Amino acid sequence: MSDDATNDGQRFDRLPATAADREVAGRASRAAVIEWWVDRFGLPTDTFDDYTFWEKGAGKIWIFADDLPSPTDVEGLGMTFLRTRQEHWKPTTNAVQRFGREATRNVIELDAEAAGRFLAGENLEPEWDGDWGYLIVAHSIAGGVEPIGVGLYVHDELRSVIPKGRRASVSPPE
Amino acid sequence: MTPLERYESLVDDVEAFRAACDRPLPSVVRVNTIKATVERVREALDAEGVAHEPTDWHPGVLRLPEESPGSNWPHAHGWIHGQEEVSNLPAMVLDPQPGDRVWDACAAPGSKTTQLAALMDDRGLLVGNDNNLGRLSALRHNAERLGVTNLVVTNQDARNFSLKPLGEGQEDGIGAFDAALVDAPCSCEGTIRKNPDAFDTWSLDHVHSVAGVQKGILRRAIQATRPGGTVVYSTCTFAPEENEAVLDHVLEEEACRLVDFDAPLNGVPGVTEWDGEAYDPSVEQALRIYPHHNDTGGFFCAKLEVGE
Repeated sequence: MSDDATNDGQRFDRLPATAADREVAGRASRAAVIEWWVDRFGLPTDTFDDYTFWEKGAGKIWIFADDLPSPTDVEGLGMTFLRTRQEHWKPTTNAVQRFGREATRNVIELDAEAAGRFLAGENLEPEWDGDWGYLIVAHSIAGGVEPIGVGLYVHDELRSVIPKGRRASVSPPE
Repeated sequence: MTPLERYESLVDDVEAFRAACDRPLPSVVRVNTIKATVERVREALDAEGVAHEPTDWHPGVLRLPEESPGSNWPHAHGWIHGQEEVSNLPAMVLDPQPGDRVWDACAAPGSKTTQLAALMDDRGLLVGNDNNLGRLSALRHNAERLGVTNLVVTNQDARNFSLKPLGEGQEDGIGAFDAALVDAPCSCEGTIRKNPDAFDTWSLDHVHSVAGVQKGILRRAIQATRPGGTVVYSTCTFAPEENEAVLDHVLEEEACRLVDFDAPLNGVPGVTEWDGEAYDPSVEQALRIYPHHNDTGGFFCAKLEVGE
């Protein structure tokens, strides 16, 4: 299989099933994307069975609940899911909120005060003995643990990577 | 004459109509069932001390009497979405099912689109189209915050909407929709409680020109929906030119008929005569909602079945 074709950033292309099916250089495969999410966060292996995965823009992977012929020239296809074509793949805030509830590892749970600061975009220094890299940041709310978004844990610091448009100030707990 | 005085001859209780139009609307949120249950949202709002009460017609539509809808944890999690009470109606009337293929012809900023996705359990295919590229970013932002994964966003003039980008004619492509929502651009007279300056740009010329656009979009929606499928037409305006006259036009031009529907909100039938014009009698099956009927904004909603 040659890698002659190049990525066209203006349209959606379905990801190849595996690396062996790849026709566009550098494009992540469906198997690798699912394996990354399932391995990193300990999700059930069948979590993404009913979804298709697409690339539009360099390395931006989208998750879609249905399927269409590929390539597809539309403005949006499902939800932005994962940033690839860089050394450390990075999940999106919205994907973590949508699919992270079932995560069993690389989840850091913050107390109420820290959760509010994280949502506002502040960097924190919480206790954490686990992996460095992108973590699911969660807190306890209404009887369950709920993902807030993505944090980058490096050098004993948890950096909030909540996008500006999703940051908010909620009232601190009384 | 203000735009509201223009419609007093149609209204059952003019005093109540005038009084309601002068009152501001409370903040209302819809529970996003893609990410949360009504019970969990209410528990979280209680824990934050955010006052809320369910509307008497829908447990998942909550009034927040003291609060803006966007500064609490349920909002941050995408569990709730600020959406005017009456604007919850058209997606419920369309009643899409998981697995359906649905077109929202005028989708931005996406309140009704994301409600359609929730009614579909985020399965099947939902196409959210808007001709305004700037407003599409609001649609995408809202859809992602609410966790929608079954949405295809397109940027076309709905009057000439092409299914080619959806693979029409190809294997596994989309040749027709099961259902469509036309929540049409309109003169917005019914939003006066929310937007006190809604009448500043009002003119009869604008009513007539936007009615032409509405006819074009509704015709295309009927053409793009399979025989037996459903199309819902809605506006947030009172002008019969933009409501019953649009229905009368498509009944004449396209294979379709109006059908009755059970509405959870009070209203009155569509009007069959206005300003010297007579409309097809079946437009009575449409629903006019005036602000005093349910203490909401004004609204118009009709359900059509597509013929062969």
